[in-house]
Amino acid sequence: MIEVKGLVKNYGALRAVDGVSFTVKRGDILGFLGPNGAGKSTTMKVITGFLRPTAGVALVGGHDVTAEPVAVKRLVGYLPENAPAYPEMTVEEFLGFVAETRGFRTAAQKQPRVERVIGLCHLEPVRRQSIETLSKGYKQRVGFAQALLHDPPVLVLDEPTDGLDPNQKYEVRNLIKQMAAEKTVILSTHILEEVEAICTRMIIISRGRVVVDDTPEGLRARHGGARLDEVFRTLTQTDQ
Amino acid sequence: MSQIPPIFKREFLSYFRSPVAYVFLIVFLMASVGCAFFLGGFFNANIAGLESYFTFLPWLFIPFVAAAGMRLWSEEKRSGTIELLFTLPVTTLEAVLGKFLAAWAFLCLAVLLSFPMALTVAYLGSPDWGVIGSSYLGSMLMAGAFLGICSLTSAFTKNQVISFVISVFVCFLLVLLGWSVFTDFLGGYLALPAWLVDVVSNFSFKTHFEAFAKGIIDPKDVMFFLSLAGFCLCLNVLALER
Repeated sequence: MIEVKGLVKNYGALRAVDGVSFTVKRGDILGFLGPNGAGKSTTMKVITGFLRPTAGVALVGGHDVTAEPVAVKRLVGYLPENAPAYPEMTVEEFLGFVAETRGFRTAAQKQPRVERVIGLCHLEPVRRQSIETLSKGYKQRVGFAQALLHDPPVLVLDEPTDGLDPNQKYEVRNLIKQMAAEKTVILSTHILEEVEAICTRMIIISRGRVVVDDTPEGLRARHGGARLDEVFRTLTQTDQ
Repeated sequence: MSQIPPIFKREFLSYFRSPVAYVFLIVFLMASVGCAFFLGGFFNANIAGLESYFTFLPWLFIPFVAAAGMRLWSEEKRSGTIELLFTLPVTTLEAVLGKFLAAWAFLCLAVLLSFPMALTVAYLGSPDWGVIGSSYLGSMLMAGAFLGICSLTSAFTKNQVISFVISVFVCFLLVLLGWSVFTDFLGGYLALPAWLVDVVSNFSFKTHFEAFAKGIIDPKDVMFFLSLAGFCLCLNVLALER
């Protein structure tokens, strides 16, 4: 479903992503790990078609992100880091806008979509509140709702549980797990337990390069049953 | 182009979802009508026309259009919503046009809200509706050209203040080039040949707008405003796709 080959992204003189390659199949939940500034978000931004790669290819559902960005964007539900949303809009208005740009123009098409994600993400109590007045947790869930709105085959989630309390984290993880069977999910996180809890595969990225591409169990086995955070530290300490 | 309506709708309504629209419309009306009354001598002129209203518009548009346009892209960049917008299935051109048209419609609304002035002159005398109509058309086209520049500068920076200052500067130059005081200076003091002065003033908003204010709808003036806006929007798309 997602195929990344030799991806390179430069910001001016800085090389943020340096030849990253991996593939993700349907049903996979790929955990994307790495220290801050390792290139996780940049890779995700290229996959979603927001940034153009300097070199290399990224294919989503067979569409090249550089050649057919709109086709890729139709397939992908994306939760950007910090869940940006238009602050002056209410939750309902905002989700309505996203629904309209996703092609659900009439009220009959739009309403059920919006209701579904309001229910899934427990936004009922704040649906008429403007987004700027929401707490971090609610804002994050609005971003999640927006990504799920068109029931996309591919989900790209940049730190989906950031800012949520433990109960909400648990719930979001469950939601991702439930949906994963018929979707392709990439999520980035700093929380290693999250990877163990839900991911079927994990990639550790350090200084723009993939250093591990394995299952969480496989990785632990290879390092003699060490804890994931210890493995993570050994593999990425060159960053410090 | 099918994605323009939802973007237009969101952008246009966003003015009214915050106090921006109300502050902008009220202050713009007070300023524009105030100029007509106190500087233009709306009543003293004893003419049933709106010339005293329209004559100040090119100057008033400098700060006001820059204020309406500075947020178009800067705000999206600052708040990160640009990442959301450009991961929805829209092309850059659709996004640029949708937002531009929304801001333009808002400016047209601001200009058209001066309609009680037209009703007043109609009540007091018998104005030439052709001239009033062409003046309104001209000011709306001029607003579009101003806005094209502001939208472009806004795409270069995530700082609204920078966008505002550069827009004001560029728009001021483009008005100044056609101001009689400036052209007299070029022709008289600097003794430039008349054709060169004409060339310079031909780049000015003011020169092209004055024809509309006299009741003349010349295709070349219409083209001037539309092509300037179009040119800026093309650059705007390129700036965002960088």
